[in-house]
Amino acid sequence: MGTLVDARNIRGVYYTGGKDVVAVDDVSVKIEEGEVLGLAGESGSGKTTLGSIISLIARPPLHVEQGSLEIDGKVQELGGDAKVPRTWRGAVVSMLPQGAMNSISPTKRIRHLVYDVMRSHDRKVSKDEALDRARERITTLGLPARVLDAYPHQLSGGMKQRTVTIISTLLNPRLLVADEPTSALDVSSQKILIEMLLEMLEKKIMSGVIFITHDLPVLRTVATNIAVMYEGRVVERGPTERMVDDPQHPYTQALMSSVLAPEPKYRKIRIEGMSSFDRSLFDAPAVIHR
Amino acid sequence: MSAIFAAEHITKTFGRGRRQVQAVKDVSFTLAEGQVTTIVGESGSGKSTIARLVLGLMPVTSGKMIFQGKDVTHLKGRARAEYWRDVQAVFQDPFSSFNQFFTVGTLLSRSMRLVGGHVGRQRLAESLGYVGMDLSVLGRYPHQLSGGQRQRVMIARALMMRPKLLIADEATSMLDASLRVNILNVLTDLRDELGMTILFITHDIGQACYLADRVLVMEHGVMVEQGRTDQVIFNPQHEYTKRLLADVPKLHEALELEELHEIVEPS
Amino acid sequence: MSLRGLPPRFWVSATLVGFIVLVAVIGPFIVQTDPNATVGGLYDRPRCCGALLLGTDNEGQSVLANLVYGTRTSLIVGLIAGAIATVIGLLVGLVGGYRGGWIDDVLTAITNVGLAIPAIVVIILVSVSLPKRNIYTLALVIGLTAWFWVARAVRAQSSSVRTREHIDVARLSGAGFWSILARDVLPYLLSYVVMAFVLQVSGAILFESTLSMLGLGPGNATSLGTMLYWAIAWGSVRTGAWWAFVPPTLMLTLIVFALLLLQSSLNEVFNPRLRRGPAARKKAVTPGAPSEAPLVVGEPTPVGAAGMLETPTSTGREQR
Repeated sequence: MGTLVDARNIRGVYYTGGKDVVAVDDVSVKIEEGEVLGLAGESGSGKTTLGSIISLIARPPLHVEQGSLEIDGKVQELGGDAKVPRTWRGAVVSMLPQGAMNSISPTKRIRHLVYDVMRSHDRKVSKDEALDRARERITTLGLPARVLDAYPHQLSGGMKQRTVTIISTLLNPRLLVADEPTSALDVSSQKILIEMLLEMLEKKIMSGVIFITHDLPVLRTVATNIAVMYEGRVVERGPTERMVDDPQHPYTQALMSSVLAPEPKYRKIRIEGMSSFDRSLFDAPAVIHR
Repeated sequence: MSAIFAAEHITKTFGRGRRQVQAVKDVSFTLAEGQVTTIVGESGSGKSTIARLVLGLMPVTSGKMIFQGKDVTHLKGRARAEYWRDVQAVFQDPFSSFNQFFTVGTLLSRSMRLVGGHVGRQRLAESLGYVGMDLSVLGRYPHQLSGGQRQRVMIARALMMRPKLLIADEATSMLDASLRVNILNVLTDLRDELGMTILFITHDIGQACYLADRVLVMEHGVMVEQGRTDQVIFNPQHEYTKRLLADVPKLHEALELEELHEIVEPS
Repeated sequence: MSLRGLPPRFWVSATLVGFIVLVAVIGPFIVQTDPNATVGGLYDRPRCCGALLLGTDNEGQSVLANLVYGTRTSLIVGLIAGAIATVIGLLVGLVGGYRGGWIDDVLTAITNVGLAIPAIVVIILVSVSLPKRNIYTLALVIGLTAWFWVARAVRAQSSSVRTREHIDVARLSGAGFWSILARDVLPYLLSYVVMAFVLQVSGAILFESTLSMLGLGPGNATSLGTMLYWAIAWGSVRTGAWWAFVPPTLMLTLIVFALLLLQSSLNEVFNPRLRRGPAARKKAVTPGAPSEAPLVVGEPTPVGAAGMLETPTSTGREQR
């Protein structure tokens, strides 16, 4: 299994007309074919910003000052004034933003979203072609074709999220960046979504996934590897089981220990949470497991 | 352990005619004094509606609520203001619960005025102390505080009246996991040190496990199971509770996933 | 509230409004001529300099002096009428929108009836039957017929603020009805109210001019509208004495234009997030917007002043 995406030395800064905010500070990540990389962290860690930079949709006030992306052997510079080929977005790397399922137009049926996505890439695609492809994809992945004719409010949260996930991968992108895809879902819908994502990987609809979330238990089930971000840097990265059972970096350790679960041990102990920005955690050197 | 609050056959219906929605259907429960009771449910289960009904911010469609032996089902005006000396709440969104034009001091001054005079000022310092803050925060605006800090101020606000019952409606849901625990610890301390009764509403059964003495499980407006935490979580009886526990992702153990079924459309 | 990145519209209109106010306030001291004094003959041509800069009107009075005093009158009427309309509309809208129930129904019914009646007809009828017509009675009449629109707009905003959580917190803290309205609802509407006020002022100035042009203006003061009345009645248009009607027309147009422009730029003043700084304006709009993942959505527009805070990295979850 080769390297799918190699993102190097990414630096992303928000120009806010006051103080500039460094959201992503010299981050490098690599994703292999068939891998689900869990990008974990809390608010302000920079994980969403990193995700939007890698999916090539960074827009002002976010500026990519430096960084490069290598996909299938082709290197694309991201920093400064570099121009990213329009065809890459959606087709090579596709982003499923946080809250996407609640952001689609409520007055149009789902199939209009399908047209928009297909047409944005190839204006010559006919509506019928687009619809056929979507229909086939949807039924293969366990949803009834009638969702295409529905309005967003007629679908449950879980179905909406699955539909939107499928549509964002209609162009068979090499990499899917999903930002908090399970956060607004019920526990049962979360499980179904995870099953669907893994099935999509197996069918090679996409070849890799970056799964951004603050919800660590979800990553235990879905991710192959986990990278933990804190204040714009990756502090630790490694295989999932290693990360949750034996974290090395003090921040990762603190993070893992504040996860609550319905287990007997949590009835008896008292966990101390973290306070805001802890300098010692920030300064501890990053740990990368091979 | 006596019951400080009892809800009997509460029903809440929204809308009229054919498009009615029953958010809460014939729910009955009691809150034992000095204990933390948690209502666990997913979205649409009716748990937040119950919070508003208990608070009296919304009228019940039918049923009865009893607080300290008195019927509090249909309170208005002065009686409701009195009720709010004994029953207070913290809500989910620490940002929208705050009037963004108020400083912390302004927010708390309303409650302080209700308590009155010298006692009010004392309570202010004490309440802030309980949540681990001091008077220096009084001059700050909400946008100068983090989510966790705002939520703690909100708890301090609720404590100003020294309520007997505190309702925390998804009070930790919008906070990062590492800060969540701090708030849960504050609530635990309130129970242990002040003997406060707490009704904690959440969708996260892990938090219920950490915090609660009793757990009530709701599904689509119906209370499907209730009992001591150890019993409900480690020996669930109802199908829904069992499924809920099975589907919750756990940190040290991957979920058992199933194969997707391909839908075959009749052509 | 920072002043960076405000659109040029704001600065242009603010300058214009400032200029007009200056004319109205210190103009009379600079011009130093009594508008009612005869300084020349019938429709004397403009001559440099001083009182005859814009010639004379039908009574041999200085057009320049009348223009300056007229601007002052029009502005006073506009401000008073605008204030009356805004305050009444604000109260009605606030109470109705927040309270709901039958009070809201009654107030809305009154508002709707008021909106349906053509204001100009009412104003004319009332003005005709007024025993004394001076700028204050006129301002009152105009204000009393203009508040309906403000009430409707404010009511919609007020009833949406009512559902916000900080209102529940206020109730639980023991705040009373008026305290909640004044401190928890009104501040969130303030930017809206300011914009409505600006519109009301410009509308009132136009109303007053209309009344004056119909001969129903203030009996004791010159306004831009009365200047036009006399200009038309005494045939300045026919005889080509442009200096009698062009200056007041231009001044009226300038005032209304400046106020409307100001109002349209206020949205960006109150919502810093809507401002697009000079850098963004230089870049051309990216073509093929659909290619940027149709699932990416733009900023929701905040209500009133609620959008005053900027957090570049927040996506709904709180910072530490």
